[in-house]
Amino acid sequence: MIAVDLPYWAQSLLRVLGGTVAVLLPAGTIVYLFLFKMMSFMQSRLGPMEAGPYGSMQLFAEVGKWLQKEDIQPENADKRVFKIAPLVVLVSTFLLVAVVPFGPDAYFTDFEAGIFYALAVSSVSVLGILIAGWSSANKYSLLGGLRAAGQLIAYELPMVLAVIGVVIQAGTMNLNQIVAAQNAGSMFGWDGLGNPYVLTQFVGFVVFMIAIQAELTQAPFDMPIAESELVSGYMTEYSGFRFLIFFIAEFATVGVFTLIASVLFLGGWGVPFAWFGWESLGDVDNWMNVVGPLVMITKMLALSGIVMWVRFSYPRLREDQLQRFAWKVLIPVSVVNIMVTAILKVAF
Amino acid sequence: MSAVILAADDIQVAQNIGFGIIAAIMVIGALKVVTSKNVVHAALSLVLVLSGAAAQYILLGAEFVAVSQILVYVGAVMVLFLFGVMLTRAKLGKETDLDQPKAWLGVPVALLMLGVLAWVLIDGFQDERLPADATSKAAVEISDSVLGPALVPFLALTFVLVAAVIGGIVLARKD
Repeated sequence: MIAVDLPYWAQSLLRVLGGTVAVLLPAGTIVYLFLFKMMSFMQSRLGPMEAGPYGSMQLFAEVGKWLQKEDIQPENADKRVFKIAPLVVLVSTFLLVAVVPFGPDAYFTDFEAGIFYALAVSSVSVLGILIAGWSSANKYSLLGGLRAAGQLIAYELPMVLAVIGVVIQAGTMNLNQIVAAQNAGSMFGWDGLGNPYVLTQFVGFVVFMIAIQAELTQAPFDMPIAESELVSGYMTEYSGFRFLIFFIAEFATVGVFTLIASVLFLGGWGVPFAWFGWESLGDVDNWMNVVGPLVMITKMLALSGIVMWVRFSYPRLREDQLQRFAWKVLIPVSVVNIMVTAILKVAF
Repeated sequence: MSAVILAADDIQVAQNIGFGIIAAIMVIGALKVVTSKNVVHAALSLVLVLSGAAAQYILLGAEFVAVSQILVYVGAVMVLFLFGVMLTRAKLGKETDLDQPKAWLGVPVALLMLGVLAWVLIDGFQDERLPADATSKAAVEISDSVLGPALVPFLALTFVLVAAVIGGIVLARKD
């Protein structure tokens, strides 16, 4: 445990700074690494090369470009709602990162019902998307917003149900305890790898990854912003820094969701406790507060790499295919997963 | 008078100020819900009221209830509500035919609700007080009481919900 005692204001300041970094850093990394570079390589081109070494400063150039653009609002738009909408989406991302633990003591809050909270606040972003689509006074925007709402509601359910399997197995909803349960666990008495739930909850993991792909409206689930039908969906009328906020929120949410996925299924910030002879969360050495975030970022990059890989590889689903897949495949599968997990939990 | 109450020893000033601010926002939001000339604005004001209720729960140390409030009301009910409104009628700008001539009937109903709820709360808790260092109840305790002593009311509630769902299907089916 850390022995430094900071005054309340310093703690709050640290949390705000940490939260900003935890939202913006993954977003920037994902955009540069995957959206700029991986997509380019997969399409046999180089991607941005001019700004900085290998185009690594391209992001700053883009942000500068967006910030200096004129703030345009459509004539008939509902101005106030139009302005609030992107902020609602971004705030939901910031609220989401508040419960993600980055180390034994490196967390923003140690919330008892952590994963429940994460699922609850992630659903707030739908509200922002809906009112963005409505207030733009544009048919394409409204259609995009409605599609987004329908899709996010449908895929929130399998996401919640997939998480329940993990909660049953770990016996807690606290994200830090879930990390500890995985790293202190053992597989048939062998504790060299801990017991990451990606093995025991593999069905849950697959359902969760598909559901977050849809929640993040990444292709093949990008019906809400289908550029060949709806221009850019609910974002059509947004330009300048309001578009930038939507853009940051989109990729920051990819980062936060994959962080949560790594906590739930890959053991989060932890390394198997048996490596260093730790027994429980209390024994973990202080240096894990520094190494932990790095471990987390590595796992996050691996998972968001998968999300982006799928995004660049598959064509868009049709609306009816998308809804049918959620209600007739994912939800029954995850319900069966919960029942099997519960039976095994009681049996062993 | 109120300043004297706030300065008393066993009163938590910050929490009370927080409660007051949130309560004021909720009351204004609730008034906006019924007076707004735009359906979507009314719905958004309702979001404000419901989130305010969640914030009050957090002030009371009931984090689990607060999160449930956000998940169910803001994340699901209001989204479905807005979804339905936008699919059918959601004009931008002011609408003229939103007022009901019988709207005054809502006033006695609201007063009756206030009376009943106040009586239930005062009768249920008497002068019991939340301890100043109250911590939130673990989700385990809540689930234990829902599936233990409170099982019968819980099941009764689920029956009501199932009946509502079946009723909705019956009404929506044309054939």
